[in-house]
Amino acid sequence: MSGRLRLLPVFVAAYLLFLYAPILLIPIFSFNNAASTTFPLAGFTWKWYVTLAGNTVMLDAARNSLIVGVSVSILATLFGICAARAITRYDFRGKRLTSGLIMAPLFLPEIIVAISLLMIVLAMGAELSLLTVILGQTVFCIPYSMAVLVSGFEGFDRSLEEASQDLGETAFGTFRRVTLPVVAPAILSSLLVAFTISLDEFILAFFLTGTQQTLPVYIWGQLRFAAKLPSVLALGSLMLLASVFLLTLAEIFRRRAENRKILQEVPHG
Amino acid sequence: MTAAAEPSFPPATARQWRRSEEARGLALISPTFLYALALLFLPVLIVFLYSFWTQDYLTIDRTFTLKNYRQALGEPIYQDLLARSLYISLTVSVITVVLSYPIAWFISFHGGLNKNFWLFVITIPCWTSYLLRVMSWKVILGYQGVMNTGLMKLGIIEQPLTSLLYNANAVIITLVHSWAAFAILPIFISLEKIDRSLIEAAADLGDGPIRRFFRIVLPLSMPGVISAFLIVMIPTVGDYVTPQLVGGKEGVMIASAIQASFGKAANWPLGAALSVTTMVIVTLLAGAIVLGLRLIVRGIR
Repeated sequence: MSGRLRLLPVFVAAYLLFLYAPILLIPIFSFNNAASTTFPLAGFTWKWYVTLAGNTVMLDAARNSLIVGVSVSILATLFGICAARAITRYDFRGKRLTSGLIMAPLFLPEIIVAISLLMIVLAMGAELSLLTVILGQTVFCIPYSMAVLVSGFEGFDRSLEEASQDLGETAFGTFRRVTLPVVAPAILSSLLVAFTISLDEFILAFFLTGTQQTLPVYIWGQLRFAAKLPSVLALGSLMLLASVFLLTLAEIFRRRAENRKILQEVPHG
Repeated sequence: MTAAAEPSFPPATARQWRRSEEARGLALISPTFLYALALLFLPVLIVFLYSFWTQDYLTIDRTFTLKNYRQALGEPIYQDLLARSLYISLTVSVITVVLSYPIAWFISFHGGLNKNFWLFVITIPCWTSYLLRVMSWKVILGYQGVMNTGLMKLGIIEQPLTSLLYNANAVIITLVHSWAAFAILPIFISLEKIDRSLIEAAADLGDGPIRRFFRIVLPLSMPGVISAFLIVMIPTVGDYVTPQLVGGKEGVMIASAIQASFGKAANWPLGAALSVTTMVIVTLLAGAIVLGLRLIVRGIR
């Protein structure tokens, strides 16, 4: 047993190296003063970041990504709240069936979700635009939002809501004044997670967008040109930083949600 | 809210039913459900219908035919792509689950008070841009890549290896890296649910660590292993980005053919039939493997 215990930390360390090394290469080469991505490094430079600032196509794509990300995170969270609340609060027939369909995108190849949405949009004669990307990514993000929200809503003390309703609050009033303050961190966490997924999502955006690109679609176009790689890596490093920042925030909110639930369970007085 | 006290008998009238648990639950879940119905179920249904139709330039012929399936299953190019996609997704899911299990074990049994921190550290890489992660494997495995230059510096090889990039193995490595956290989380959750006193009891009764693992921990964590396996295998079969970027000619997968039939080839029904075929075969294969895993575990116990 002791032999295995010593082996396990070595494995964990090797695994973390495997996990992080490819990601750390992105910022490393984004500061490298050479157009090729090979070692040894050729010295430090900011120039790839400077070229980004004047790149209007990229800035347009960033603006589009922002629009899509904000819309998707709000929509997915709203749909997620309804479903997560229904699942954690009520017992009803068809719960497994309905939640199964909602969670299905997790278990489907993304390309199949993408082409099926593409077909229905084109069959209806609608035009591909950022709106179709938003609608498609929302379906894709709802399962992740749900997962975050269900764990935030679970264990919520139902008697508080019943007390509020007995005292004459409406269902909406109870939700706003009793439930919401407790579950707010989970909701924020869901918004951030959905935004992060949307920001990095490529396949749906690639198939469902019209002339307007999101950042991943822009990056995909640039990857064909080897000379463009360092500035793509600079852009990638910035997106990496944004993702890590947003996820850290989401994690903080998620923990706060957990702590509130624990506080709630402690008897008052 | 003028309702009288809750009736103790089952709700008989429509009005009472509307007030019931069941009606409220259904009402609350229906917006999300209807959205998923409209933008997931309906589109997939349409793909299914299209797979039985034919297309001549821009006109769709709606007479029922199995021609697309004959093509999808009969033509050697699609057979090869399908077989390779299944081989890659199966290999990736097995490697990912095997590598992830000890990590999930480590976090669950040795994570102490920092379990959440460990999970966070493990999941962060999976949230970063998918495209760039794949790109970075291209940088690592390329002809003048990090791996080749590093090995040459160390004097292990003299010429750069050309066998690293643009083949099925490059696709497998990249996909294993991409899907790590998706496998660790379900396994971790099922390990957390195991009652630790069962393991202690087995130890008290004289079971060694290996017997304890195979007779208690592994069978009880099987649901997590199975969902990890499914959550990796089914989506990876249709991966598009990784084979395009690091797969080269030897690593092309079925998604490229599906994409082509919606893009330049403009044969939607064939693309639909390829999608349906892929889904059905991967589901059958995954189902068979899950069944096999369950039987093996039962055998060990």
